[in-house]
Amino acid sequence: MKLDPEARYTEHHEWGRLVDDEVVCGITDHAQETLSDVVYVELPMVGDVFDAGEPYGVVESVKAASDLYTPVGGEITAVNEELESAPELVNQDPYGDGWMIRIEPSDPDELAELMTAAEYESFVGEEEG
Amino acid sequence: MSRPLIFEISRPGRCAASLPDLDVPRTELPEELLRDDLALPEVSEGDLVRHYTHLSQMNYGVDTGFYPLGSCTMKHNPKINEAMARLPGFTNLHPYQDQETVQGALFLMHTLQAFLEEIGGFATVSLQPAAGAQGELAGVLMMRAYHQERGDTARNVMFVPDSAHGTNPASTSMSGMEVVEIPSNQHGGVDLDALTAACQQHHERLVGMMLTNPNTLGLFERQVEEICAVVHEHGGLMYGDGANLNPLLGIARPGDLGFDVLHYNLHKTFSTPHGGGGPGSGPVGASPALADFLPGPIVKVDPDRSEEDLPFYALWMPTHTIGRVKTFYGHFGVFVKAYTYIRMLGPEGLRRVGEYAVLNANYLKELLKGTYPLPHDRVCMHEFVLAGPPKDVQEADVRTMDVAKRLMDYGFHPPTVYFPLIVDEALMIEPTETENKETLEAFAEAMLQIVAEARDDPDILHDAPLQAPVRRLDEVRAARDLILRWQPEENEA
Repeated sequence: MKLDPEARYTEHHEWGRLVDDEVVCGITDHAQETLSDVVYVELPMVGDVFDAGEPYGVVESVKAASDLYTPVGGEITAVNEELESAPELVNQDPYGDGWMIRIEPSDPDELAELMTAAEYESFVGEEEG
Repeated sequence: MSRPLIFEISRPGRCAASLPDLDVPRTELPEELLRDDLALPEVSEGDLVRHYTHLSQMNYGVDTGFYPLGSCTMKHNPKINEAMARLPGFTNLHPYQDQETVQGALFLMHTLQAFLEEIGGFATVSLQPAAGAQGELAGVLMMRAYHQERGDTARNVMFVPDSAHGTNPASTSMSGMEVVEIPSNQHGGVDLDALTAACQQHHERLVGMMLTNPNTLGLFERQVEEICAVVHEHGGLMYGDGANLNPLLGIARPGDLGFDVLHYNLHKTFSTPHGGGGPGSGPVGASPALADFLPGPIVKVDPDRSEEDLPFYALWMPTHTIGRVKTFYGHFGVFVKAYTYIRMLGPEGLRRVGEYAVLNANYLKELLKGTYPLPHDRVCMHEFVLAGPPKDVQEADVRTMDVAKRLMDYGFHPPTVYFPLIVDEALMIEPTETENKETLEAFAEAMLQIVAEARDDPDILHDAPLQAPVRRLDEVRAARDLILRWQPEENEA
């Protein structure tokens, strides 16, 4: 399982990373592996506002469709439009080109409350049990 | 084994139909209505017959082999059902005929409504919906209409367990309501504490809850009465997803368990063909409180037009009906088949259906659970869910999908895979009551043989199916590059 040491993680297997006062979000390597080949990603509109943990989109693989949940609350400032024609980027590079949305956080401290890479790694270990 | 499409064997001028000589003056079609952009196939009658006969031989159905597709209840479709549905008295009816002239058909619908009311424990049944998902949508719209009629317009939250059929959240969303997911407990049932907390949180906005019992793990929801009670206590209604009604026949009635509304699948529980041989039919049953909201028309006895010993059957719209959900009266031919099935079996026979469905599923489960991991090891109802092939086999990268594909080489239809979502690598197996012991054992033998093969040479499974008309399909590409119809080559169009 690949991890991004800079990112913070949620129990829904999402990550968020601070870039220029905004939070870039996506799903973790573990999540993309469990889903298998992603075939479709539905993302919100720029300007939409969400609370932390609210569903903001859908990721669909040949196995299942799953909701996407925001790691932090705030306003959507950008979405990864590449995913519309190349959903496989989520599998190939979940922490890079496979990013989903950018959020301008309503509470700048919210991200730091999430799990670190090491904490997330042991969380996944326990979940697999 | 690849065969051309009917369009690809088309040659200009060939024709499979011979029309009789004209006995009226010949009239040309108006110029502006003529079009030449339709690439209609032109083939001879012989080519046409061979083409479709070949396709029918490539097909796999309940009439060719074992079909343990979980949650679909692929039971034998008795042939007497077809014979009854083809009686000329039924097939020659027209939906615009006067009610006086179709009393026999209305009697059959009225009697089927009454049978379903008795089987499900509901006050009134509407036969309108075309299939299960539409029955579900109708039920959800009824729940919404019930609250709105009472002026309770703030309610827009529906609870759906994380093990539910995907149609449950879909019906809720289509009705403009919000889905709140309720987690399962470690026994595979609804987590009652989580449900209670959700009820308290959404108290004033709660429309109700959609529940499948037995649930999609094939397990009876032991706390069903407590679940119904807590939802009712917070002003919500209970929707029953009747997809899994088969094992309850003659034993338990959803209406008695606390459900307010339920859809039946005539094409599952009541043996009418589906999966290509349909159409389906998804009647909805309702408690007295919800009966006025049912889709219509419903068949009732009209006392004003009845004579002594001769009831008059009439079509009737419930007072607060959500309206029609289907043209005319629903899938009438399917009603005839389901009616025949119920009449042939009677109450004792229907109970035996439920009992044998449970017995067959448990027998097969016991044959497999020593080899395939079974996450919820309880007595199951009509189906059970395995967590894919054994761990050592999964570590050699042989997954549920590979097992499913290999089963086709053994002449079996694969089970439902990767559902329910709460079991990793799920293999959902429903044998139904109409399979004999030898078939169940042959299937179990194939499942065990596949694990032995996987340990010996995993690549056999990765390459499977080897014997099917087409080899492993690229499902990822099919989903990413949607091509939804045949597209002629530029120069042929």
